[in-house]
Amino acid sequence: MADEKIKVAYWPGCVSRGFTPELHGSMGWVAERLGIELVELDRANCCGAGVIAEHNQELADTLNARTFALAQQTGLSMMNICSTCQGAQSECQQRLDADSSYRAHINEVLSGQGLSYEKSEDGAWNNKNFLWLLVEDYGLDKLAAQVTRPLSGLRVGPFYGCYIVRPKERLGYGEYPDRDVYLEQVIKALGGEVVEYDGARKCCGFPVVTMNRETSLRQAGTHVGDAIDAGADCLVTPCPLCHLNLDMQQPEAAKVVNRDLGLAVLHLPQLVALALGASPKELGMSKHIASTGWVEERLASVPA
Amino acid sequence: MAEYTIKVRRFLPESGEGPFWEEFGVELDPSLSVLDGLLQAKDRDDGSLAVRCSCRAAICGSCGMKINGQSGLGCKTQIGEAQELADKKASALGEAVENVPIVIEPMGNMPVIKDLVTDMESTHWTKIRRVTPWLLPHGEAPEREYIVEPESMIDITQSMACIQCGACVSSCLSMEADPDFIGPAALAKAYRFVGDPRDAETVERLHDLANDPHGIYDCTHCFSCVDACPKDVAPMDQIMRLRRRAGEEGIEDPNSGHDHEIAFVKIIEKKGTLDEAMLVQESYAPGLKGKLKPSKRGLIETIKSLPTIIRALRRRKVGPMKAIPGTHHKLPGDAMNDVRAIYKHAEEHNEEFNLYIKGDEGELAEIEAEEAREDAAEATATPSEETPNG
Repeated sequence: MADEKIKVAYWPGCVSRGFTPELHGSMGWVAERLGIELVELDRANCCGAGVIAEHNQELADTLNARTFALAQQTGLSMMNICSTCQGAQSECQQRLDADSSYRAHINEVLSGQGLSYEKSEDGAWNNKNFLWLLVEDYGLDKLAAQVTRPLSGLRVGPFYGCYIVRPKERLGYGEYPDRDVYLEQVIKALGGEVVEYDGARKCCGFPVVTMNRETSLRQAGTHVGDAIDAGADCLVTPCPLCHLNLDMQQPEAAKVVNRDLGLAVLHLPQLVALALGASPKELGMSKHIASTGWVEERLASVPA
Repeated sequence: MAEYTIKVRRFLPESGEGPFWEEFGVELDPSLSVLDGLLQAKDRDDGSLAVRCSCRAAICGSCGMKINGQSGLGCKTQIGEAQELADKKASALGEAVENVPIVIEPMGNMPVIKDLVTDMESTHWTKIRRVTPWLLPHGEAPEREYIVEPESMIDITQSMACIQCGACVSSCLSMEADPDFIGPAALAKAYRFVGDPRDAETVERLHDLANDPHGIYDCTHCFSCVDACPKDVAPMDQIMRLRRRAGEEGIEDPNSGHDHEIAFVKIIEKKGTLDEAMLVQESYAPGLKGKLKPSKRGLIETIKSLPTIIRALRRRKVGPMKAIPGTHHKLPGDAMNDVRAIYKHAEEHNEEFNLYIKGDEGELAEIEAEEAREDAAEATATPSEETPNG
């Protein structure tokens, strides 16, 4: 298994091709370097981010069943690069898998499109965030062996995103109980140092940014501030929506929590790519709002 | 029997000092509970250790606490499992996995009275009372009981399972940032009446909860309450049901909650993937259905979001085209046809598949098979040992 080349149906999500374009590009770089073949699902639709389910649950379930069916058509398991996609899609998949008559009802409309979502009895078909795939299918030892520029001395705070850590039962923690410590494991495999702080598994606040800006930005600002106080050089997240609140909104969050912030926030593929020798420029790090200069300085002191 | 170290966050109000940590060594079977461990420490080491408990069987809801940072009931958490979690965390941080203490704290988001005893009144019960937690029926009460179709009550059985332990309130990440948030327990209770066919004030309740800036649209969708709840109430799911019902009633709230939801749904129908600039604009100034109609709040919020957009443009994070609402590309034509067909089908049915009520057919089949095996085993074990009565 470990030596088999990984090939997945790749769902990049909306935000990685929208307001965080640097994520999509970095994922491509990392996949090529690690030898993970990505078959992009370029006709798939938005996961609904929980908002469509809030409006009409059946609509969200059918939209995601379509994405799953498109992936199944390629004969490959699916990979996403967004905690929110993971959570929203796992929620729909749980309902679809629970009941064959509900599944048949949803497949009714898909059949008109030559598609069908089939439950995988043994979990052979699955949908994993890059973080899960990296640890469970690629393997930490193999990853560590690929590192050409260890992140020595770089103090990294993990930030998971709610949708990839809760609810545990839905997200496969029964089978993979360590999924909420994978970021720590990856940081260490890349030679970095893990920073413990209060916010790692808390909410970035993004889902309510248009409804209650104050509540939303207070969450982002508090977590960034806590990480700074714990001595972090940067945060790393597998969720582009978290990235929007932690990075893009960071100057605004600083105003809400009334303190200076200024902490680099990296996407997971960027952190991996840095350890594999990529230059910050290739990874679009100049597009970040919070300067990544300090991270670059730190790494420059360690020869690639 | 196994030995454990429990590390308790203590607070003694009469001491005049702040909270402090104290470790206790306990010895008990891994299948016993964290509460059993605390009671042993209280019994053997320090009788002043305060913890509230009664039934010890996850029924009374008295022993809410945080165990390794996770809110739940002390009596429903096995100490062996709590140890595994503590070890896992230590290992992830590169610490030695030896004598790792199980960390026990009082519930969050509420004042601490002493040690693990929190003040349920000032937050939990006050918020519960906020949602008018009783039935407001049509007209005079009937002479005898209300008669309703049993099926019509199924929808609220999940919220009725609440035992008011406060674990969800303790875990709530929105409340951490906004103490005025009505919160998971009270909103789950609100749905218990909104979904009750006997209640006459459903629409008024929805208006109230949608219009409150700390109401249903203040939930940040973090699932903390779902994992904290010892009774599978999934308070967040009940909040989403309240939002759905408010949307169905066409309630236009001043928090842009309904507008945000409708904007999101319409954009995906139109483009297949998310046009982020349009979502921001439409949440504040819904114009898809007609002309731009920004509310005063919409205008203010739009102005507040400008610095963020300008920064993103300067950094070339977002190209000028991406910042303009409506310029986002559509999926290819045939894919858009698929998406539109899905919308049509789902809008006709709008089914809610409630897993709490319907269950997972695979798991149900396993339970049935297990029961059948047990019955068969019993039947063969006791073929003719029935003792005649008397």
